[in-house]
Amino acid sequence: MAGLFVVGLALFLVARKVLVPVGFGELGHFRTGAIADNRAPKLVHAGRAACAECHSDEPDRLKSGAHRGVGCEACHGALGAHAAAETDVKPARPDTGTLCLGCHRQSVSKPAGFPQVDPKEHGDGSGSCGGCHDPHAPAEEPKAPPAEEAKKP
Amino acid sequence: MTVDRRQLLAGLGKLLVLTPAAAAAWEYLEAGRPEEAPSYRLADHWWAMVIDVEACIGCGSCVRACKTENGVPLEPYYFRTWVERYHVPNGVSEHPEVDSPNGGYDGFPERYRPGDGAKSFFVPKLCNHCAHSPCTQVCPVGATFDSPDGVVLVDKSYCLGCRYCVQACPYGCRYIDPRTNTVDKCSLCYHRITKGLTTACCETCPTDARRLGDLKDPKDPIHEFLRAHKVQVLKPQMATGSKTWYAGLDGSVR
Amino acid sequence: MHGDLTTLVQGFMYPNEVELQWSVLIVLYPYITGLVAGAFILASLERVFRVEAVKPTYRLALLTALAFLIVAPLPLQLHLGHPERSFQMYLTPHTQSAMAMFGFVYLWYLMAVLVLEIWLEYRAEIVRTAQESAGLKRQLYRAMALWSDDVSEEARRLDDRIGYVLTIVGIPSAFLLHGYVGFIFGSIKANPWWSTPLMPIVFLFSAIVSGIALVLLMYMATCVAKRIPIDMRCVDTIAKYLFYAFLIDFALEGIDLLHRMYEADESFKSLDFMVKTKLFVSQILLQVVFGGLLPITLLALTQVAKLTDGARKAIYALSGVLTLVGIFAMRWNVVIGGQLFSKSFLGYTTYKMSFAHREGLLPAILLMLLPFAILAVLVKLLPPWHEPEADPRRA
Repeated sequence: MAGLFVVGLALFLVARKVLVPVGFGELGHFRTGAIADNRAPKLVHAGRAACAECHSDEPDRLKSGAHRGVGCEACHGALGAHAAAETDVKPARPDTGTLCLGCHRQSVSKPAGFPQVDPKEHGDGSGSCGGCHDPHAPAEEPKAPPAEEAKKP
Repeated sequence: MTVDRRQLLAGLGKLLVLTPAAAAAWEYLEAGRPEEAPSYRLADHWWAMVIDVEACIGCGSCVRACKTENGVPLEPYYFRTWVERYHVPNGVSEHPEVDSPNGGYDGFPERYRPGDGAKSFFVPKLCNHCAHSPCTQVCPVGATFDSPDGVVLVDKSYCLGCRYCVQACPYGCRYIDPRTNTVDKCSLCYHRITKGLTTACCETCPTDARRLGDLKDPKDPIHEFLRAHKVQVLKPQMATGSKTWYAGLDGSVR
Repeated sequence: MHGDLTTLVQGFMYPNEVELQWSVLIVLYPYITGLVAGAFILASLERVFRVEAVKPTYRLALLTALAFLIVAPLPLQLHLGHPERSFQMYLTPHTQSAMAMFGFVYLWYLMAVLVLEIWLEYRAEIVRTAQESAGLKRQLYRAMALWSDDVSEEARRLDDRIGYVLTIVGIPSAFLLHGYVGFIFGSIKANPWWSTPLMPIVFLFSAIVSGIALVLLMYMATCVAKRIPIDMRCVDTIAKYLFYAFLIDFALEGIDLLHRMYEADESFKSLDFMVKTKLFVSQILLQVVFGGLLPITLLALTQVAKLTDGARKAIYALSGVLTLVGIFAMRWNVVIGGQLFSKSFLGYTTYKMSFAHREGLLPAILLMLLPFAILAVLVKLLPPWHEPEADPRRA
């Protein structure tokens, strides 16, 4: 009986030595390699600093308008692949008609100070915002455009 | 692989003294220690997040960016971060109306009328990276843990899929990834923040409503933010040591 | 993989809460371990407290406990996302995790308490069977006796002494096994339906209740099957224990309920609504009325009124069945009920049980039948109805 128990315990201890992952418990009760695993995934969003490395004039343009705090990939989508191979992967040009409303469509839940529009009342009917607003450097307090200007084709 | 003479000697010494342990020690030297990885030292960081509720416009950029960055399943039951819309009739109700269609991934179709006398706002949610996290406490094997730099991480290759941690999180921040049958949650974009970048959600937030901060970096603007604002954590009664602080949080938020 | 689960949600749930985490299999886990602990505690009454009246059930109770204990970890294994990794609980148990201790408590209880106690109890008979038979059967019984054939008076006395010590160690172990299962739920502060210090003790007493009811039914069933008369003194005594244990259990659950209602904390309205709607059938009807008040009343009747043997047998059988249903409902309400409401206290979901799925109803039914199959084998190998002759303990 006692012999069996000792053999079992010895087997367990040997199995434990073999099976417990390398470096378990060094930094806490976990496998140390898990930290490296969590660092391993590739970047999907490149980050605005990476964009500015090539598109070096855009940051200054952005700074001049109300979108100065908006990251490039907030509108242009994740571009880590483009940053890694800029000629192979080309981002699509966003459609301002839908993109802008993603943030600026009127809602009672949005902060009152945030510029919001009702697309039925605002705009020239073209369904596009780019005709009047420069998405990279929109005016701080957009003036209501003169009626004849807004109707321009 | 670089092994200096001291490590080599130590390795050999272990090899002589403890035969079963020796093989392990050798592999471990070979693997290299993550904290010795260049330019990032675990001991130098203590990560946290601040959220400015009054800046959130409910655009859902963070939700989309998070799912893309981290390969989160697109079904509406799996989120590392999501946005809730609160609508509090008369501004004082004990029972706010809350919704989060597809976690806010597609934004929020307007469903409330102006002038209905209610208070309405958006609240982004994510793992609170608690300093005393109830989820890591219950993990039977150490497959989810507090990293030394203050991030609650998951070891996918070690998780049993017992789901105890999902039950233990008071904030609903965990889900079981149906593709791996292991738990998943916000890693605070650990693969980004350890390379000097910010999280995907912060990178794409157009109004700076969410900001990553390193509490061990004296120059980090998070210190000024925390000083300048009245902040609160979610469910403070849970005493989880949450490191996600909300400025402008309404009492109806839970 | 599944239909649109969001249609099951009323009100608001955190998006990740829509998918239920713990299925009917996790209901079986505390149910089965409860039966084990209860059956063992009943068996130890005879051994430790020398309650002669329940002696006819002693061996049956031990074998029942073993049959269910063997099955106890299976629902957990079936539920795990990675069952092949479960051995990690033994390698790197997280000492702060209640769940990490399961493997150790289980192994201790299985090997050190139950198997050893049964072995010692049966050892003399195993040796005798080995000596009386030939061929494969002989080899089997010799192996079961661990190739020892010392059945001298002295060896038997030693067996008995160790067995007695084991039972004494076994009682706190049984308490530990099931109280600990209650702690798994009771220690989750995020979930107000679970988080109460009463949970381990409520689990323990409901375990005792269900185990006693199971052994009572098993004993009556085997008597009927073997066409031997039911020992009325034995079932009367067991029924008395069932009645008192049930009273304590019911009182504990009542205290928990009263406390929740009186305190009425932030979760109360949400939970109250849940109990009155989604859990009405399983909580109010099955657990409290038909699985609680009714068997208690019936058993109380046998304690105060003078009833015929036939009437008492019928009442015991009925109360036993109702008790088992009621305790199952209690486990269901804890495990499933604890996941039907949002931790935001703003909404509810519905549990859709699948059928022929890894975590569906079919495996649950099979897992509930499996212990009986194991018990049938055990009874064949180790017949519980022969009294060992020349038992030194009773000499």
